[in-house]
Amino acid sequence: MGSGALFVAVFLACFVEAVEALTIVLAAGTSRDWRSAITGVLSGVAVLAVVVAALGPSLTLIPLSALRLVVGGLLLIFGLQWLRKAILRASGLKALHDENAIFATELAAAQAAPPDRRGMVGDWYAFTLSFKGVILEGLEVAFIALTFGANQHNIPLAAAAALAAVVVVTVAGIAVRAPLARVPENSLKFVVGVMLTSFGIFWGAEGAGAHWPGADIAVLVVVPAVALFALTLVALLRRINTQPQASLASPQGASS
Amino acid sequence: MTRRISAFAAFWYDFIIGDDWVVAAGVIIALALTYGLSATTAVPTWWVLPAAVLILLPLSLWRVARHSRPGPPSSPHAS
Repeated sequence: MGSGALFVAVFLACFVEAVEALTIVLAAGTSRDWRSAITGVLSGVAVLAVVVAALGPSLTLIPLSALRLVVGGLLLIFGLQWLRKAILRASGLKALHDENAIFATELAAAQAAPPDRRGMVGDWYAFTLSFKGVILEGLEVAFIALTFGANQHNIPLAAAAALAAVVVVTVAGIAVRAPLARVPENSLKFVVGVMLTSFGIFWGAEGAGAHWPGADIAVLVVVPAVALFALTLVALLRRINTQPQASLASPQGASS
Repeated sequence: MTRRISAFAAFWYDFIIGDDWVVAAGVIIALALTYGLSATTAVPTWWVLPAAVLILLPLSLWRVARHSRPGPPSSPHAS
């Protein structure tokens, strides 16, 4: 896996999660109190930085085969989760991720909550909403960045990719001052799901003692194979999903 | 206290296992099988995890599709 692939995988994963975190922070800021919402963001980022700083160096001390076994397994489980959701959304079996709808829901909940001042924080609801949003969306990204970086012995590059994604989303959020609803989030999740699954397969198998034909070159076959398999599943599920509608529209369906 | 512990456990379960525990269990079994075969035989074992994905992903999707109502499809690239 080259540095470019490492950067792209971490950047995309982080970008998607940052878009989701931005929606939550915008809802907290616009409906409640910007100062408390930003304090929540900074506190969340600080906690994530501590997690990365604590786990990063220790991950590099673990023997590579053990690291790849554990990390490969976790990446594969994560990747299959992402891919599963992306396939279900693409085939119409699950609602598409809609940042505008999520923003409206969060906004309504935030407006309905009573005001609550605690210590230095002017609005506790805005603070906790932002803090939890950043932590929950960021933890998975921190894990992806750390594990990809540790496997490639290049945690600084993975961290740079994650930081770049956060900066891009933050700048876009400040410019637009609205949820980034036009970001093709579901497509990005599909791509990230393919990459996590592929590298999970590759590293997991290596960590468990398997030898890939062609060594590292094998990953160049695994990634497109997983993508093709996932697209095939989308096509199959779409057909299954539309079949009952077709039968209902048919004369037999109408008469029965 | 008990509520906090169960909330903490629920968070980590959701974070690692996710929506379908069968997938997580299948991955662990496939990794164990790869490890076991690699350690005890000279048989190539690189195919075990790809084969597991070939089974687990459609199985997990089928479990959802079976209980889902049909809806309008959308493009994975235009979404």
